Amino acid sequence: MSQTKPYRVSHLDALEAESIFVMREVMAEFERPVLLFSGGKDSIVMLRLAEKAFAPARIPFPVMHVDTGHNFPEVLEYRDRRVASLGLNLVVASVQEAIDAGQVRELPDGTRNRIQTPVLLAAVEKYRFDALFGGARRDEEKARAKERMFSFRDEFGQWDPKNQRPELWSLYNGRHHPGESIRVFPLSNWTELDVWHYIAKENIPLPSIYYAHDREVVERNGMFYAVNEFIRLRDGETSEVRRVRYRTVGDASQTAAVLSEADTVEKVIDEVAATRITERGATRGDDKVSEAAMEDRKREGYF
Amino acid sequence: MSQAVLEPDAAASRGMDLLRFATAGSVDDGKSTLIGRLLFDTKTIFEDQLEAVESASASRGDEYTNLALLTDGLRAEREQGITIDVAYRYFATPRRKFIIADTPGHIQYTRNMVTGASTADLALILVDARKGLVEQSRRHAFLTSLLRVPHLVLCVNKMDLVDWSQEVFERIADEFTSFAAKLDAPDLSIIPISALNGDNIATRSENTPWYEGPSLLHHLEHVHIASDRNLVDVRFPVQYVIRPQSTTVTDYRGYAGQVASGILKPGDDVMVLPSGLTSTISSIETADGPVDEAFPPMSVTVRLADEIDISRGDMICRPHNAPTPAQDVEAMICWMDESAPLRVGGKYSIKHTTRSARAVVRGLQYRLDVNTLHRDEAAGELKLNEIGRVKLRTTVPLLADEYRRNRTTGGFILIDESTNRTVGAGMIIEAR
Repeated sequence: MSQTKPYRVSHLDALEAESIFVMREVMAEFERPVLLFSGGKDSIVMLRLAEKAFAPARIPFPVMHVDTGHNFPEVLEYRDRRVASLGLNLVVASVQEAIDAGQVRELPDGTRNRIQTPVLLAAVEKYRFDALFGGARRDEEKARAKERMFSFRDEFGQWDPKNQRPELWSLYNGRHHPGESIRVFPLSNWTELDVWHYIAKENIPLPSIYYAHDREVVERNGMFYAVNEFIRLRDGETSEVRRVRYRTVGDASQTAAVLSEADTVEKVIDEVAATRITERGATRGDDKVSEAAMEDRKREGYF
Repeated sequence: MSQAVLEPDAAASRGMDLLRFATAGSVDDGKSTLIGRLLFDTKTIFEDQLEAVESASASRGDEYTNLALLTDGLRAEREQGITIDVAYRYFATPRRKFIIADTPGHIQYTRNMVTGASTADLALILVDARKGLVEQSRRHAFLTSLLRVPHLVLCVNKMDLVDWSQEVFERIADEFTSFAAKLDAPDLSIIPISALNGDNIATRSENTPWYEGPSLLHHLEHVHIASDRNLVDVRFPVQYVIRPQSTTVTDYRGYAGQVASGILKPGDDVMVLPSGLTSTISSIETADGPVDEAFPPMSVTVRLADEIDISRGDMICRPHNAPTPAQDVEAMICWMDESAPLRVGGKYSIKHTTRSARAVVRGLQYRLDVNTLHRDEAAGELKLNEIGRVKLRTTVPLLADEYRRNRTTGGFILIDESTNRTVGAGMIIEAR
């Protein structure tokens, strides 16, 4: 065969093809998959990939939001609109309801990142989900860099980094016993920049807080937090209106904004390409606890 | 470290392609320093990461910033100062995005290297110029060839410590080249470097005027990988059948999957295995619309002109170019389980492309010593990290090719049916 054409595949097309392959594998081999959807950019990209993987059929699984109750209103509104337009079933696992019912206890500092885990695990048990798609990427964090695409969790939802299944070629081992489950990370090989290039290429709408806007913020430990019902000024602190955007969207009480003039996807791409700070380092108070904060949370069953 | 010289250009990076490479070696060879240098020179290390590593190095009492701490993220690794698992790292230049599978040098060496190499386009092996080739270098090269990684780069590191001696470099290069020739090794490049000082990493070094080849990064950016793919043998393992339950889309039936090899086009005559029935491709679809052709690694949905019974695990091929469905398989198997060895008579679940079956071990022809390449025909089992030639019989036919011809349709994994662990990786030599 003469090979005059290069048959070239761009890195974004290769990443998309891999993610779609992974999603189809899960649908073919599991009984009750669910996609974890927070309204953050990574889960939004993951939802677009699910749309593409099963077209022209609808996405054949529900989505779940583990809702800390500390939300940005723009993100909740986006979530509901997106879910409705795709005709999806949305499961909300509410941390507030679990607190009200006495199933989990509020932490002294009022942060809810860590107490998401028991709420997530209770929902997995209640709905008997056997595969959970998560939007985590390996470039985000050191513990995640060593996690598999198909990450086995025992009946307690725990990750054991020393006992991971080798993952070869594109042969994913999703076998598990009843009560155990697999966390699946289709975006494992994507970087923050890849995600933004894909958002641009696919013209995917995002919650407005990802783009530069004026917001009343307070500076703490070098990070800029929105002043709202979850973050109030402490003694001696003053707030100011700054031009900011969010690089990540997590619990509203712990996610900081970054100073930014990037109000379009192209400007965000330029900003991300030039930044000298990692995305979690710039925006997440919860990861600064210790060098192994993420590993410890994952061992307990975190995303 | 010196000033960064390359920066991923935001606009250009949309047209980049992707290269996956595996690195192998130990801290002593300077592997972590090399990776740190590549990440640093491509502006991939961030200030907060560098600060975290600097403070961790200082608190451990290291005399220099220990770049291994960038990749060793797990608590046990930090506490024990070892690397226990494959770590994936990412960087990009204007030409390419790179995925590094960074495999540890000592612990679980073979299992991790085989895993990292299974998806690699290129393997990077490091030797210390002062020590030359060691047992580990030969083992790396052998595993690279066993896994059919198409490109191999030998970096002769710490050239600064041998006064940039051309003679030292050439002695190591000659020795490695003659060893690699015995392995049926792939495309080989040999580069003299100093990872610590950045010589011949991002740019060519003035310290090696006698070296006429490219810098490592230039080589990684330009090595030709497009023709590594098999574009001749059409192999499309059916992954999932798409049948919308919808009032707007009726009578739709599409076969979703990722092209393993070959080029598929609408109008092509195809044969479906294992049934042997034939049809014609009516269209090849993606969510973005129909395409004129599909080739690896595209994920597409193939539709056929005739209604034939096709399900997951079947394979779409060409009538005159199709594997023979086979239940007797001979393969090189790397054993990956520490709890129990592979033994003759053992039964496992086997996963090959999108097909799952059961397999029984019919025979162990020999165990291969990965250091000496000696074949031990008296071996009765394969323990963790051992490799041997094995005969399997499967419950249903596999639609397999020789691994040397097709890495996707020639590879399989074995799964322990009680623990569900992945216990073996196989590369098919013959299927009949």
